[in-house]
Amino acid sequence: MEEAIRLTYDVSPEDFTRAGEASSDVKGKLKRLGVPPDAIRKVSIAMYEGEINMVIHANGGRITVEITPQQIRMVLADQGPGIPDIEQAMQAGWSTAPDEVRNLGFGAGMGLPNMKKYTDEMKIDTVLGVGTTITMTVNI
Amino acid sequence: MTVRELTEKQLFHVVNMGNDTDREITKVFCCDLLSIAMGKAPADSAWVTVMGNVNTIAVATLADAACVVIAEGAAVDEVARIRAKEQGVTVLATQEPIFDAALRIHQELNG
Ligand SMILES: Nc1ncnc2c1ncn2[C@@H]1O[C@H](COP(=O)(O)OP(=O)(O)OP(=O)(O)O)[C@@H](O)[C@H]1O
Ligand SMILES: [Mg+2]
Repeated sequence: MEEAIRLTYDVSPEDFTRAGEASSDVKGKLKRLGVPPDAIRKVSIAMYEGEINMVIHANGGRITVEITPQQIRMVLADQGPGIPDIEQAMQAGWSTAPDEVRNLGFGAGMGLPNMKKYTDEMKIDTVLGVGTTITMTVNI
Repeated sequence: MTVRELTEKQLFHVVNMGNDTDREITKVFCCDLLSIAMGKAPADSAWVTVMGNVNTIAVATLADAACVVIAEGAAVDEVARIRAKEQGVTVLATQEPIFDAALRIHQELNG
């Protein structure tokens, strides 16, 4: 793997049956590239949480993944409502998930904390009414 | 105990036989909330839950669970079955409550 590999995924809104497909695809590709299982698991968990948040909270969006021998960098950009209070959103247990998705098992308020826990770096840029971009890095 | 060995004990009904059935089950994990399971389920665990929808299959794949056990006779919907087949995830089912199902696996593991 000499050069960086770049992957782009469009995440469609409100489709829970397809949510997780981008993350699963990335997982498969990382496996084939021979990335260590530990790093693959971190990327899979963090990216899935971000992907599903885009579906539930932000009407979908776009994910770009950049893979180099040193690290995996994920950029999740949406044009959703934005996050009014990042500190509150990052708290374990905080969730504004509606009932219909809670019935599917979402809404524990652990997605963002998982993203933080399983990545080496995480940055949230958000503007109310404009959207949210979350950048996460996992070192190999 | 491998996933195959667990299925051979016939404690549970086999909904889908996955790909990697020779992997060793290390632990049992119980939780119905997806992002708690995502963050806490150990890799190679047998995950017992009542949530039989497609998101459970996605989480099991991405968090590297060894297999999923749907307890309480909860339904495994069609989309979930299809996804389990596609992703090669072993899905088992039982009428037993979560605790009893998990205890059985635990006893088999610690024999
Ligand atoms: N991309 C986003 N756009 C707008 N709001 C978001 C976004 N991601 C998260 N949030 C807000 O942050 C809250 C916490 O997110 P988090 O992922 O931790 O929990 P959740 O999605 O509500 O539940 P869980 O992930 O445990 O199923 C959400 O309920 C939502 O209010
Ligand atoms: Mg979430």
